[in-house]
Amino acid sequence: MDQGIVLDLSRPPPPVPRVGAIGWLRREFFAGPISIALTVAILALCVWVGPGLWHWLVTQAVWATPDPTVCRTAAGACWAVIGQKWRVILFATYPYDEQWRGGLVVGLLGVMTAITTIRVLWSRALLVAWIAAIAAALVLQTGGILGLSYVPTGRWGGLPLAVLLFVGTVALGMPLAVVLALGRRSELPVLRGVSRGYVEIVRGLPLVNVLFMASLLVPLFLPEGMNPDKLLRAQLGMAIFFAAYSAEAVRGGLQALPRGQEEAARALGLGAWARTTRVILPQALRIAVPALANDVIRAFKNTSLLVVIGLFDVLGGAMAALEDPAWSRYYVEAYLFVALLYFAICAFLSFRARHLEAELAQGRNF
Amino acid sequence: MSAAAPRQRPRPRDIALQAALLAVLLGAFAWCLGNAADALGRRGIAMGFSYLWEQAGFGIGESAIPFQPSDTYARAFLVGLLNTLKVSAFAIVAATILGVALGLMRLSPNLGARALSGAYVELFRNTPQLLQIIFWYWLITRLPGPRQALRPMEGLLISNRGVMLAWPQPHPAWEMAGWALLAGFVLAIGWAVLARLRRWPVLWPAIALILVLPLAAWAIGGAPTALEWPAVRGLAIRGGISVSPEFVALFLGLSLYIAAFVAEIVRGGVLSVPKAQVETARALGLKRGQISRLVVMPQALRVMVPPLAAQYVSLVKNSSLAVAIGYPDVVNISNTTLAQTGHVVEAVLLMSAVYLFISLVIGAAMARYNRAVLLQER
Repeated sequence: MDQGIVLDLSRPPPPVPRVGAIGWLRREFFAGPISIALTVAILALCVWVGPGLWHWLVTQAVWATPDPTVCRTAAGACWAVIGQKWRVILFATYPYDEQWRGGLVVGLLGVMTAITTIRVLWSRALLVAWIAAIAAALVLQTGGILGLSYVPTGRWGGLPLAVLLFVGTVALGMPLAVVLALGRRSELPVLRGVSRGYVEIVRGLPLVNVLFMASLLVPLFLPEGMNPDKLLRAQLGMAIFFAAYSAEAVRGGLQALPRGQEEAARALGLGAWARTTRVILPQALRIAVPALANDVIRAFKNTSLLVVIGLFDVLGGAMAALEDPAWSRYYVEAYLFVALLYFAICAFLSFRARHLEAELAQGRNF
Repeated sequence: MSAAAPRQRPRPRDIALQAALLAVLLGAFAWCLGNAADALGRRGIAMGFSYLWEQAGFGIGESAIPFQPSDTYARAFLVGLLNTLKVSAFAIVAATILGVALGLMRLSPNLGARALSGAYVELFRNTPQLLQIIFWYWLITRLPGPRQALRPMEGLLISNRGVMLAWPQPHPAWEMAGWALLAGFVLAIGWAVLARLRRWPVLWPAIALILVLPLAAWAIGGAPTALEWPAVRGLAIRGGISVSPEFVALFLGLSLYIAAFVAEIVRGGVLSVPKAQVETARALGLKRGQISRLVVMPQALRVMVPPLAAQYVSLVKNSSLAVAIGYPDVVNISNTTLAQTGHVVEAVLLMSAVYLFISLVIGAAMARYNRAVLLQER
């Protein structure tokens, strides 16, 4: 590759205007032959698919009708399928008359999650509020007391199930992740080896594999008669998976912390427990927040995998809704709706995560 | 990995603590395995891998090697493994090409290109991958049947049976070209090792070896050009090569999703090169192509390789989502096997071992490459 360097001594072209509307257009769309070609290609693409897409999405679409044959004659999308089937998509197999309870669960846990992304509200009270919210959500979903009818876990489904398992995954996985991250930095070789082995093995496996393990092996590994609920097994698998990834995020935070912090705490005479919980972890977790936020968002996207082990999450709800032969041909609209739902939630979470990251980066001096 | 300074002599309390941890873990493990052996024993199943040599008794729709229901479970597992590797390899290549293109578009001075690429990345990153795979699968299986197949170009048929493509008619020359290609790769690797030592050019001779050898073999064999065209016969399409709907859906789902992440990595890698490097190169009179080839790319690659490796590993692991659409991959075949034989523990262990092994191999290969592109400091 040693062909020497060829000097380009030709005169540069005269400067192009860089201000005003013309300057902006030139800079952004026509700055050189490649840029012009790109602009032409993108314009051609817009002209080619744009009108058809617009007509399909909006002008010729059927927005609401209880009659699927109306959609048959229309040339556009059949958004009516969502109006007709949204209860099945969002709540799946949950009893129809009790679905308001699922709505409440989603609202409650959603508001709690949104509140948790606000830095000034982080306190012991928030932790207590979370415990109360999870307990309330479980009571609402299960019923059997307070005049609510009992709904077995086998009938849970849709968005409430996804949100509950998401919250449970983070709540169970995060403490385990912290323990594993600390374990990987321990002075004790056995503890270090066990933590490292756990993290490396679980991170080497697909989530589908871990979910299969949880749903197939756990009942075998426990003595006869002690068979945990299918939902509980899925929760276990999700938390195990989440913990391995977040442990790496926490470890990154621990590694970024200057050693002087630990040494200063030791010099002040703090014991191991106080050093870890009062000096190391508060700072390390703070550094780890951006990476942890990524893991949390991924944990929410991963709730869509529950359908693989036969649970009805939102994707499962959509598939169940499409079993109806009258509406089954409008699968594009139904799946677009589910995609939009996940997109909105994930985009909101990552927007809040970026905000939090900027907030936490303030006042850090290393 | 230890943060603390090495201790001279371990404290008795620490030894006791670790011994207790080890005892608890081993005890729990033995207890679980004992329970499993009991439970399986009641069903008349003895633990062990001898079931692998029994007759499988099920057919597999898609296979790189010949497979009949009378073959063994071991062979069925091998078929699944090859299917996983096949779809992953194709998807990794496609995701890399598309991802690099999207990443460069995001860096383009053209606002339209930036917006298009940004919209793609946000859309595909923020929706679940399984949803995407299932969407593609529904889309393909609800296309018109073979008789009304879409024909976007001559020799390409797309229908609800998958994609059919015109393909060269079998001829010994093609077989020779295949072997020559393999030989070209081996020789190219040999050349790379030798040339690196002697500081000879590496890339172009290696590419020439890989291209010229098969071409020569094909020409010597008689340079056959006859193609086999796919055509509708009865209810099916015959001729050419066919790709199943499951493969197409999984391939699209894996490659389009990972491409969004590759695009972000490429963008981050190029942006990580300090601006002063480019300005200095320009001041020295280098042309644009030279700047990107000699200054930007070598430095950007260093930043890009570790996260790229992680994405490739994640693509291979995500190929396990195949189970949702019935593509016969490792998970799918293991699932059928454990349902038929009841050897749950062994089948799950075997499929886990495959993914662990693949993850470790890609990780090790990337670590090696990473060392090669790492900054050579004095």
